[in-house]
Amino acid sequence: MAEGTFLSMALTGALILGQILLVTVPLLLAVAMLTYAERKVIGAIQLRKGPNVVGPFGLFQPFADALKLLTKETIVPTGANRIVFMMAPMLTLLLSLVAWAVIPFDAGWVIADINVGILYLFAISSLGVYGIIMAGWASNSKYAFLGAMRSAAQMVSYEVSIGFVIITVLLCVGSLNLSDIVNAQKNMWFFIPLFPMFVIFFVSALAETNRSPFDLPEGESEIVAGYFVEYSSMSFAMFFLGEYAAMILMSGMVSILFLGGWLPPFDIAPFNWIPGIVWFALKTALCLFVFLWVRATMPRYRYDQLMRLGWKIFLPFSLFWVVATAGVLMATGWIPR
Amino acid sequence: MAGNINQGAKALLLSELVSGMALTLKYFFKPKVTLNYPYEKGPISPRFRGEHALRRYASGEERCIACKLCEAVCPAQAITIEAEPRADGSRRTTRYDIDMTKCIYCGFCQEACPVDAIVEGPNFEFSTETREELMYNKDKLLSNGDRWETEIAHSLAADAPYR
Repeated sequence: MAEGTFLSMALTGALILGQILLVTVPLLLAVAMLTYAERKVIGAIQLRKGPNVVGPFGLFQPFADALKLLTKETIVPTGANRIVFMMAPMLTLLLSLVAWAVIPFDAGWVIADINVGILYLFAISSLGVYGIIMAGWASNSKYAFLGAMRSAAQMVSYEVSIGFVIITVLLCVGSLNLSDIVNAQKNMWFFIPLFPMFVIFFVSALAETNRSPFDLPEGESEIVAGYFVEYSSMSFAMFFLGEYAAMILMSGMVSILFLGGWLPPFDIAPFNWIPGIVWFALKTALCLFVFLWVRATMPRYRYDQLMRLGWKIFLPFSLFWVVATAGVLMATGWIPR
Repeated sequence: MAGNINQGAKALLLSELVSGMALTLKYFFKPKVTLNYPYEKGPISPRFRGEHALRRYASGEERCIACKLCEAVCPAQAITIEAEPRADGSRRTTRYDIDMTKCIYCGFCQEACPVDAIVEGPNFEFSTETREELMYNKDKLLSNGDRWETEIAHSLAADAPYR
């Protein structure tokens, strides 16, 4: 009996581990490809070719970079708090990976189909700021500290409007479960009725992931590299991985909340033959392309502009839209029960 | 008033952001200007002043007559020449050194040369791993001349009408 339970527990554990690997390994591969895609896309926009030497079309460039980072020395500054310093990149990477537990890749393809999925995602993406603050604090360097302060203020500001956007979507769905959110978009993807919210969410996602034009926490031209100035080798690589995984996560969230997740654009013959995960990947990739496209287009915001946009424009605007959406839903009786 | 409304509408519809994004998207699809160096190289002018070379006449006789004009004109004083009459009585250099780390590639040496002996060729890919390798002596310069003669003769001919 006891042996039986042990065996079943081991089986369950192995199954979960398998699922985790099935999500994590392609995700890390996607991160590698994203760094490659970023250099290619920005290169193309600047009339350059981007990496094209390592492997066919330069496809192995991210692996060469990873290998380079791995073989370098991990430097811990003398004044740094060693434990926190080493924990910060781990936390960043960890947080951007655990969030994927609730992401539905296809109908039913989700590790943990919890009924507060969106809340979980929101919480995890907010926690991301801890890795950055820890890094900035533990580095004991003024640039890192400035970067961390900027990042903290920025993430807090934009989370408010992200919260309101999520509330608007939730009003239309009536559930916090991510699969339910996708299924509610069977007839119409939410980016059509909630287009302004879609834009606000996307821009806030840029700010949340510290991407250009809101990359002030890094701000190469002012504070060198912001919170990861002092990092090198694998600890730097983990920050990098975490940041890009967070980007993919945010794109995944955009596709789930507004672009109908795994749903095909039209539920007719050639479109619904393609498996849902392909649609999900395509939509996420499209969002990621826009991330890169924006980076190649926009100059960096000034800090006061960033704060003005977050608090004086996005916050009132999204609050208004929450009220307006709720009003319309109540008046027309479309509110889901 | 109308201006304000116009501006407000522009800001609300993000028209400037959208037009900027449209521009970069247009560039995304444009042909790339990257040269695949070192497999592809850009064109260089016949007047290009690259690595130095000492030329020879078609007979194989070296052109340099040790007049030391190049040494005199060199603003960086990178050239060192010693000369002695040769066994056949002609005046030739026994030593012709150029310190390539001093040279500023002004081209005065080739301008000063009355016999087109010292020239700056089209070669710009002569980086070395040690500093010593950049102290060129007469042998090195003559071998440069032998190696690049076709190109040098071609660019001298191409530039001749203009001087």
